[in-house]
Amino acid sequence: MSNRVLVILKFVAFPACLIPFGVLIYEGFTNTLGPDPVATITHTTGFWTLYFLLISLSITPVRRLSSRLVWLIRFRRMLGLFAFFYGTLHLMTWVWLYSNFDVHAMLRDIAKRPFITMGMTGWTCLLLLAATSTAWSIRKLGGKRWTRLHRLAYVAAIAGIIHYWWLVKPGVHTPWKVTAILAVLLLARVAWQIKEAARKRKVAVAA
Amino acid sequence: MLIRKPSDISSSQITSKSDYMNRRKFMAGAAAVGAAALGADLLKNVASPREAVHATTKLTTVPSQYSTKGVTPTSFEDITTYNNFYEFGTGKSDPSHNAWRLKTNPWTVKVDGEVKSKKEFDIDALMKIHPLEDRIYRHRCVEAWSMVIPWVGYSLSEFIKQCEPLSSAKYVQFLSIDNPSEEPGIFQVNLDWPYSEGLRMDEAMHPLTLFTFGLYGQTLPNQDGAPVRIVLPWKYGYKSAKSLVHIRFVKHQPRTTWNEASPSMYGFYSNVNPDVDTVPWSQKYERVIGAPFWKARQPTVLFNGYGDQVADLYKGMNLRTNY
Repeated sequence: MSNRVLVILKFVAFPACLIPFGVLIYEGFTNTLGPDPVATITHTTGFWTLYFLLISLSITPVRRLSSRLVWLIRFRRMLGLFAFFYGTLHLMTWVWLYSNFDVHAMLRDIAKRPFITMGMTGWTCLLLLAATSTAWSIRKLGGKRWTRLHRLAYVAAIAGIIHYWWLVKPGVHTPWKVTAILAVLLLARVAWQIKEAARKRKVAVAA
Repeated sequence: MLIRKPSDISSSQITSKSDYMNRRKFMAGAAAVGAAALGADLLKNVASPREAVHATTKLTTVPSQYSTKGVTPTSFEDITTYNNFYEFGTGKSDPSHNAWRLKTNPWTVKVDGEVKSKKEFDIDALMKIHPLEDRIYRHRCVEAWSMVIPWVGYSLSEFIKQCEPLSSAKYVQFLSIDNPSEEPGIFQVNLDWPYSEGLRMDEAMHPLTLFTFGLYGQTLPNQDGAPVRIVLPWKYGYKSAKSLVHIRFVKHQPRTTWNEASPSMYGFYSNVNPDVDTVPWSQKYERVIGAPFWKARQPTVLFNGYGDQVADLYKGMNLRTNY
């Protein structure tokens, strides 16, 4: 794919990723966030954090399907940063609308409530990922260390899913779909590793 | 306090119960196969969801001394589209879309257990036991949101007198309808159906405990627990069992659905208490339904503000351990 097409695609993808945020803003101004607007904002930002994490984690397995999909990697950073963006909005709903900026109450919550501890863990991972998302960071850290650090994306996604499971009531299974998607994305990596190992062994034997 | 009806809903917009029932019959009859009927009904709901929501009949009511003063009722729209009624799905708007499937006429409530003799009450007879009162109550959900609802009903104690319980009756158990063909949510949620709730006898006899048939001066919409339910304003919403078919007077504390699902989170008493949070989230504040998002946060009050009336029921009890 040519660079020009990629640039155009990015120009389209960027505003598209902002649509959920735009819808929230629009509904906020027109007072159409529903009977429980705080819950609507919280759930929407939470869901989109998970969705963007899952989409960014799907880049690698999808790209491996064909050499013609290599260009997808050029979108991964943007998608990951949008996960951080929605995750930060999600965090802000808690900081503002639930805790009213009461620092002591928030620290107590983090210590006492496992689902909040898990949510904060996930967001902290996203913060580290976002902070080291520049080309300068890769150069500074070195490719290997940077890659290892950026495996935190898995921690963030798993923490996000656990955060969701710990919040729903017993007997409710609504998080199963995102859980299944994450499981497939992680298993695809394991399958690829096994395949690669076998291929390398074959190459070694042939040599 | 008089019941204020929201000005945007005129009575002409409200579909009468018989029209509503007949519409469904007509729909079912017109369709060649059941699946087609289902599809058409769903389409109809998408086209005019209000029709499904407003399947109610006007009731004759009298004022009540037990009505909460100085509060503004939540809109009819919010009360009837933001519901937790897991038999119809776990989404807040699921009950308003699915609850039309429940047939509430004819309806009987069975009474047995520690009573002089077993009885069955027809819904029309139940509504005539005592004059129907307008009672505005605050409603606090365990999920930390709250509403103000103008219910219609009479004190459950009036009904209990008719049941003639024996002195051996220490608790009352309420069982909701369990009919998966009318309640699609039953298969989606891993709870032990039928929905069961219970009260100690003195709680059940308390005048605030409302045997409820309507809201906003009309019969209950299905998604709010038609045709008859319990309302306990000082307890979390899930204690107020909906669409009752069976009431039992028992010697021992009965099983309650959420307590069975997670005993550490949901106790038998479930009194509203901002200082005790057994669920993962805090109970200190509540989100007022219908308020803009920057003004929705409100402190939660012990017994949901009904402490003057009900605190005596729990005198000497540790509210932290008896959650």
